[in-house]
Amino acid sequence: MPFLSSTPAPGLRLERITVTYPGHREPVLDGLDLDVDDGRLLALLGPSGCGKTTTVQVASGLLTPGRGAVYLRGTEVTRVPPEHRGAAVVFQQPMLLPHRTALDNVAFPARMRGRSNRDARTSALAHLERVGLGALAARYPRQLSGGQAQRVALARALAAEPAVLLLDEPFSALDPSLRHTMRDLLTTVQRELAVTTVLVTHDQTEAAAVADTVALLDRGGLLQQAQPADLYARPASLAVARFLGCPTALPGHVTPHGRFACPLGELDLPDAVAHRGPGHLVIRPEAVQLGTGPDTVAAVVHSVRPEGAFTALVADTAAGPVHVLLPPGTPPAPSEHVWLHLPVAHRWVVPRAG
Amino acid sequence: MRRALHSAGFALLTLWIAAPLLPLLIWAFAGRWVYPALVPQDFTLRTWDQAAAPQQQVIAATGTSLGLALTTAMTATALGAMAARGLVLYRPPAAGLVRLLLLAPVLVPPFALAVGVQEVFVRAGLSDQPAGVALVHLVPALPYTVLVMIGGYATYDVRMEQTARTLGASRSAVLRHVTLPALAPALLASATLAFLVSWSEYLMTVLVGGGVVTTLPLLLFSTAAGSGNQALTAVLGILTVAPPILLFGVGAALLRRHRAAWADAEPASSSSSAAPGIER
Repeated sequence: MPFLSSTPAPGLRLERITVTYPGHREPVLDGLDLDVDDGRLLALLGPSGCGKTTTVQVASGLLTPGRGAVYLRGTEVTRVPPEHRGAAVVFQQPMLLPHRTALDNVAFPARMRGRSNRDARTSALAHLERVGLGALAARYPRQLSGGQAQRVALARALAAEPAVLLLDEPFSALDPSLRHTMRDLLTTVQRELAVTTVLVTHDQTEAAAVADTVALLDRGGLLQQAQPADLYARPASLAVARFLGCPTALPGHVTPHGRFACPLGELDLPDAVAHRGPGHLVIRPEAVQLGTGPDTVAAVVHSVRPEGAFTALVADTAAGPVHVLLPPGTPPAPSEHVWLHLPVAHRWVVPRAG
Repeated sequence: MRRALHSAGFALLTLWIAAPLLPLLIWAFAGRWVYPALVPQDFTLRTWDQAAAPQQQVIAATGTSLGLALTTAMTATALGAMAARGLVLYRPPAAGLVRLLLLAPVLVPPFALAVGVQEVFVRAGLSDQPAGVALVHLVPALPYTVLVMIGGYATYDVRMEQTARTLGASRSAVLRHVTLPALAPALLASATLAFLVSWSEYLMTVLVGGGVVTTLPLLLFSTAAGSGNQALTAVLGILTVAPPILLFGVGAALLRRHRAAWADAEPASSSSSAAPGIER
């Protein structure tokens, strides 16, 4: 009795997707499972070559997977061609039709669905206004700046009234300041329309800034899918921790009493750590502080490197190197003996790999 | 100064191309022309009337030539576009070899090619008929269309098509609204070249057409070589030269219009804000 089911069908579901490109032995996607809640924004994060773009191609119907199934709002669409699927794609370049005005570009999807020119233009104008470009409706793409063109591309994708909006690194070609504006616009529009959205990005701050959930991909598989804050605080593996900018990993094991045994002694762990047995203690560089007191360990400064206003410091402890990001001030010099404060709340343990 | 040089150069170039055509014009419209007059005493359309007579075959040959050239232009361009698309967008394993094979007809001496092709066509029952000639005109035309279309596809972004598909455009709608407009200059250049190759093709037409299929070049050569009728030769010469010139003119005008819309198809930089009404 599906109508009694407590969880609604996800907006987009990828089930055991496997894609191998001709002439390649390794699959680019290897049994990938991914759910995007209806009306939510999922950021697909991962290093280049991890299969993010292929995932978009599969979800949009531009590529049929060798194995696996695609569902949109509970309906299987694995073999439905892109034009009948309702999964609109926005690429890094706006891909506007150069011989048509901004308005006619945005009217394109409605025209393709057989709506009259007048009708299509009326709703196109509304979509252009939504992205703040109503005044530029008559301009041709060559008369728009990169940011404006990408906003038109977003309006055009929304005008298709898609079941899912797929954004493949849409802001990567833009200036950093513009990128922030575009992110804000995207979150506003996405929440307003509650359209299920997948944002592909290799930029973790972008992912954390806009997404309801972040899916971290590596080598064609899902490493972890979680809310951004959870992903940072509770990485599922060493690979996730490393990708999210947490290079510190002290080997040891979690005792049955939930303490971390390592050459530094037995360290306290937060209650949330459920893992027992061999693992790595991870702690984000910005959580570590210098200073004496409880929860501190002795260390020798190994290297000091300025990083903008901050200072990146690596200090050797008995259990291994600890990375620290120090706020502005006078950093210690190499070979100096320091005490590192590792706040218990920020400690986390990931299982030992392999 | 620069402008004057520019104009002078242009004038010289025009003269270079037009000068050989001048005698043609004079001969084609000459009436009475007695020695030692440098130019005819009067001009008339008499030769054109003569040429229009059915027994001269001029109108029929012009029709045959036009039909063959248009067919070749369309077919060779379509095939060239498909071959280029495959080679550029899908990068097949032996792309280099395929490319070489497609360009082979311009590398092999035409006569060797023509004799071989004739042999094959006779066996296949394709000789002595327009369809066979149309088919054989593809051979010298294809290398050019393939090359031009490879150039056209080199700057083509297939994601434009993909975006349109995901926005609800069927394959045929994508072809109409995205692919053809984007490739229009290359298609036009390719069709023009194929038209010209077919329009001036002689050797293959003689061998495969077997004298039954008469095109303008065939008629022109036989008239020039055998009849001694310089006026009729001039008329045929004009008929042979005019369509390509017309074609280039129309093509150039179309290209200029297209360039106005497609130049800077993608914004050059994300921060530059272009003013409205910029035309290149």
